[in-house]
Amino acid sequence: MVASVPVRRRQAKESLGGRILLYATITFAAFVVLLPVLWMLGASVRPEGNILSHPGYLIPTHFTFQNFRDVWTAIPFAHEFQNTVVFAGSVTALSLLFDSMTAYALAQLDFPGKKVFFIMVLLFLMIPPQITLVPIYQLVAKLGLINTYPGLIIPRATNAFGIFFLRQFFIGIPSDLSQAARIDGASEWRIYWSIILPLARPAMLTLGLFHFMYNWNDLLWPLVITTDEKMATLPAGLAQFSGTHVVQYGLLMAGATMAMLPMLAAFLVIQRKFIQGIATTGLK
Amino acid sequence: MGLFVLWPLVSSAKLSLEKSSGFGPTTFVGLGNYRAVFGDSVFRGDLEHTVVYALVVTPTTVALALLFAVMLNRRMHGRGFFRAALFMPAVLSLGVMSIAWSFLLDPTIGLLPHWFSPLGLSFGQGQANPKIAFAYVSVVGIWKNLGFYMVMYLAGLGTIPQELYEASWVDGASPWRQFRSITWPLLSNTSAFVFIMATIASVQAFDQIFTMTRGGPFFSTETLSYLIYRTGFQNFDFGYASAVGWVLTILVFAISMAQQVFFRRREVTY
Repeated sequence: MVASVPVRRRQAKESLGGRILLYATITFAAFVVLLPVLWMLGASVRPEGNILSHPGYLIPTHFTFQNFRDVWTAIPFAHEFQNTVVFAGSVTALSLLFDSMTAYALAQLDFPGKKVFFIMVLLFLMIPPQITLVPIYQLVAKLGLINTYPGLIIPRATNAFGIFFLRQFFIGIPSDLSQAARIDGASEWRIYWSIILPLARPAMLTLGLFHFMYNWNDLLWPLVITTDEKMATLPAGLAQFSGTHVVQYGLLMAGATMAMLPMLAAFLVIQRKFIQGIATTGLK
Repeated sequence: MGLFVLWPLVSSAKLSLEKSSGFGPTTFVGLGNYRAVFGDSVFRGDLEHTVVYALVVTPTTVALALLFAVMLNRRMHGRGFFRAALFMPAVLSLGVMSIAWSFLLDPTIGLLPHWFSPLGLSFGQGQANPKIAFAYVSVVGIWKNLGFYMVMYLAGLGTIPQELYEASWVDGASPWRQFRSITWPLLSNTSAFVFIMATIASVQAFDQIFTMTRGGPFFSTETLSYLIYRTGFQNFDFGYASAVGWVLTILVFAISMAQQVFFRRREVTY
């Protein structure tokens, strides 16, 4: 309370013009940033001819849900939606499990070569995914897993960023806790599962969201691993569709809207927590 | 037990080592791929596009992110809404949203050309013009990441002790002076992190290029990432693609190192 008084005084002195400029700038920026989202939502409920004949309209004058009906047959939308859910969901779950186990070992256990492992994790963190793309593709192809869920999911089941992120968080958990449990005869697995994981819930939640967001939206990886339309994820399927067919815009926008809605809904629900999560965990 | 916990790390380490040596196992060509890569004028063009893209997009994105973070760090109406609005592109698929962008910007059926034409602003041929196409993919790249870095900066701004501003305000410092002498220097840890993240992201630009231009017209928007995709997964020339991958890796390493050295001298602890 005390600290807030001078802040208010400072703002009271701010000129009216300054405040108008501030609000105008921020409102304009927010409008520009949201424009494609608004346009997409609008176009998805407009009849095809209306989009082409009235390019200047952001808000639809004619409503139709035909696009949302047609998109299911025009592209294998149901398959692609299911693929995206399975892919992003399993990668997130597996990755949280493996990342946290590895991070636990790195943060709370002692074993030979620990330093070397950690340095390797840091190195992998800097390697761009493009360099490993070809060899992983060859590996997946050799195993006959192109166009399959395991092929999509397994190479993504753990990653250096997740290990690093959680390790930074686990390091902050006092080792007295696990020491005490060890003296009481708890196994490492039990310590990890019953003590460390519950304490790490906020970090796990943030990382889980990162993984889910990243994989739901990822384009290059599913594009490379899936060649069959029916196995593509939504970003890959829609992006392919927009480039190779004579596009029906309303249809594509309806598909894109449905691809966007789960992330949009998730974002609106957890928005506050998420931004806090980034602000408070080791991402500084 | 320890071994079981370790397994994922070991296997990922082993896998990655195998990956990095997986240069076309069929025949050994030595540096042949690299010679082919550097002799290729398309590659040289793509290298240039990647560097230009990174040089334009990285500082612009970071500067805008910082500007809006400072604006949205103060008390104001609708602060939560504005923060969420600017952050939103970070949760959306760049590949999918680029479809909306290319329609918005389309010279014949697009919303923006239609709105701007009464003002005498023409978008020309739109994406058919190499220069305009490059500008488009850059703008969309900035749009995508701006909000994410803004949130990082907001986190950084939250750690600056408020008393510093109060003291400087009592001393009569202007807002610009406060920014120069307090905000910017005390944010250098955040800036170091954001700059490295932003550079790595822009050096690897792919999604909006795939959706909007497919690297065209005449390879004018093709980046190294896209070149890897095109040569590796459309022409199936894995050796060539891998060689380009290593060039990209070295580029990322070099930039990260240079920035680390630059920012280490400015590291702040309190």
